[in-house]
This record gives sequence, C-alpha cells and structure tokens, in this order.
Amino acid sequence: MKLVMIKYNAGNTRSLQYALRRLGVEPLITDDAEEILSADKIIFPGVGEASSAMKYLRSKQLDQVITQVKQPFLGICLGMQLMCTHSDENDTACLGIFESTVKLFKANDPSLKIPQIGWNTIGNLKSNLFNGIAENSHCYFVHSYYAHLGDHTIATTDYCSPYSAALHRDNFYGVQFHPEKSALVGEKIIENFINEDLLCR
Amino acid sequence: MLTKRIIPCLDIKNGRTVKGTNFVDLHDAGDPVELAALYAVQGADELVFLDITATNEKRKTLAELVDRIAQRINIPFTVGGGISSVEDVRLLLDHGADKISINTSAFKSPNLIDQLAAEFGSQCVVLAIDTKQHDDGEWYVYLNGGRVATETRCLDWAIEGVKRGAGEILLTSMDHDGTKSGFAKEITGIVSKHVPVPIIASGGGGEPKHFAEILNGIADAALAASVFHFGEIAIPDLKKYLSEQNIPIRLNC
Repeated sequence: MKLVMIKYNAGNTRSLQYALRRLGVEPLITDDAEEILSADKIIFPGVGEASSAMKYLRSKQLDQVITQVKQPFLGICLGMQLMCTHSDENDTACLGIFESTVKLFKANDPSLKIPQIGWNTIGNLKSNLFNGIAENSHCYFVHSYYAHLGDHTIATTDYCSPYSAALHRDNFYGVQFHPEKSALVGEKIIENFINEDLLCR
Repeated sequence: MLTKRIIPCLDIKNGRTVKGTNFVDLHDAGDPVELAALYAVQGADELVFLDITATNEKRKTLAELVDRIAQRINIPFTVGGGISSVEDVRLLLDHGADKISINTSAFKSPNLIDQLAAEFGSQCVVLAIDTKQHDDGEWYVYLNGGRVATETRCLDWAIEGVKRGAGEILLTSMDHDGTKSGFAKEITGIVSKHVPVPIIASGGGGEPKHFAEILNGIADAALAASVFHFGEIAIPDLKKYLSEQNIPIRLNC
C-alpha cells in the first residue's frame, strides 16, 4: 500500500502520520506530482486558512494534480473545504470537486460559540467509509466554516443548522471532522479508507 | 449536538508528571504518556499538559514529550507553560500538539496572541487566565502562576484576548482552585456571556455535581487535575452522571 499525504502549507501533519502508523501504514508525505499520482490512496489534510492554502496549491500546480487524481482521495477539515467550489473565507475559489460552498457559521443562539470546538455527532451515514460506524457516533470538530448539505453529502452534523460532515463524489471523499483525533471512531474511519475497496475513476 | 468536554490536566516537570497518582494499574504513573493514554481510553474528551520546568533544556524535553504523546494518543491535546514566542509554538505544533495555551507572556506582550492567530489560526490558541476576586467584588488577572497581581479586570482581558485572536479561554479561579467546593460559576458565566469563543472552566471541581453545575449553560468544558489523578472521580462515572443530568456528553467512547 502506497499512501501519500499531500504536503503543503496548511497545518501540522504529525498527528495524522502517527494515526496511520498506529494502523500499520507509513505514509509518504510529499508535494511531488508523480508520487501523488502513483499512490494507491491519497490523504489531503489541512488546518488553516483557505485563501493562503489555495494560493500555495496553485503556485505548486497541486490544484491541477489533485483534480486529476483517479485513486481514492480523502480530504480532512480544511482539505475537504478546499475540495468544494468556493469558500467565503476570504472569498476563495476552491477546487470545485464537490458542489458545495463553504460559509461561516452564523449563531442564532448566543450559547453557540464560534469556532465549533469539540465532539459532535455524525448521522445519515451513506458510504462504506463509515462501515462499522454507528449512527450518531461522536467525532472531533474544530472549524468556523462549514459546507452546506447537497447531493454529495454522505454524513450530516448539526451546529447552528444541519451541514455536511462528510462529502463524496466518485473517488473523492472529504470529512470535516478530524478522524485522527476522534478516538476509536476516527481510527475506524481511517482504517476503512485504507482497507475498503473504495471507488476509483 | 455538540457535547460538553471533560478535560484532565497533567502538570509536567522535566518530562514527568508532578503530582502522584493512585492508578495501581499503570506501569509507570510518572510517565505522562501512560497516564494520558489511560484517560483517553476512559473517555476524556481532551487533555491539557502544563509544563512547569524552568531549565534551559525545557523546550527540547517538552518537544520530545509532545512527540511521544502524539504517537500514542488519539484525542486532542493542548500544551502550555512558559510559551512566549512564535518559535516556541511552532516547535510544539510541529511535534504534534493540537493547541497551545499562553498566559503571562500574552498578558505582557498581547501582540503575541495576534501573531499566533495569524501564523497558526485561532483554533490552536488557548488564552489561559488566572483570576481572583478582590474586596471590591471585581475579578482581576493574576500572572506567574498566580503569584503576581495585576490591576486588569479578568473580563476586560478576556474580551481583548479574543479580539486579538484567542480561540478559547481557559479560566482558572484561584479562589476555587484546590478547594473541591465547586467551580467559579459567577465569573465563568460573565466571561462566557461576553466572549463568543468556548470557555474551559478550571478550579474547584470536587464532586460530579460541580461539573454538572458549571456545564449546565455556563461553560463549554470543565478541567480538573487531582480529582482524576487520585481516582476520587472516575471519568466514565462522571460522564454517565452528567448524561443522566441531561448534559450533552460523549459516551460509548
């Protein structure tokens, strides 16, 4: 299994690397197009700000590499948001893989804090990425922007309003939460991404 | 629904836990990684490691410890204690910390908060505030682990810190810390109402009902140390109790 984690300027990748290692997979962390395109599976992590991340991806032509990928591909947190069409975070055009746009949480109740930080439930699970995961399992979220519900939604979470906790189109998957920080539930989701026979294009 | 968080705090000196524990099943109770792993399995929602090492070797020792924690733990963790620069933070985040907490250094150079938020994002910047109520009824900020008083009101500093980019407030009431008589509901409620970011209440948790009181509409998370370390409160029992009190809690972890 050749698993590549895409290296770019958004956030630390150490926790994810160790989570994969605990599952017996040593990821290759690289921004090299050939390495990415020859991987069996690809993870696109991300913590940070959308516009500077997109700018960096474009400067390295990684935007074109990512949209060409035919193998199972998993975006995490900011990674998932960058796979949508547009983010309101500094009015950023994104990769356009998922037909969702990314908006800032609007709290209609002052007790709802922004960013959302903590464990929330995922429901309406509709993918083999979630095999063995019970409805309303808890995952760890840290984010101020969210992707709305749409045709590509494969898991739903409610904060301020229901939104996409995970998206899927063809070989592309994205999760808003951090599976590498979501205890055994997250571990199982990463294991599914590694082991399940997921779609290729 | 977003759940309330239970956060054990581990004090660290020279890479070891400072206070003892009475977990008989731990191979090495002084090893923060072993204790952290146990808490993670028991259902802790996050962990905080507070480093009180004062030597020059501190940064390296702490970074090595953070790396060992990240290798083992599958829940989020925050590292604090003597962090005073962007470079300190970069080192800890690069070694796998999810968040860092800053206290005295941020008060002395508030611009540090802006710099950290710009460089790494607000989501990893926790502003820790130690506070104490004076005879005039106001709560004031204390520095250097509570040894140095200031004339700044706790609420004013919390509001400024969040404006500058702090993503969470860790609020410790020195009047309640160590008393096991309950968390500081009044000041925690005031700060929580006036800042838009999550509040972690700290100091005074001695019984499960104290956690229920502070998490019921006041704080987003509750932190404690010795009641967990000495087994006075077991995390699974606490979470079951809170759930029975209709507080949203992550069970079945």
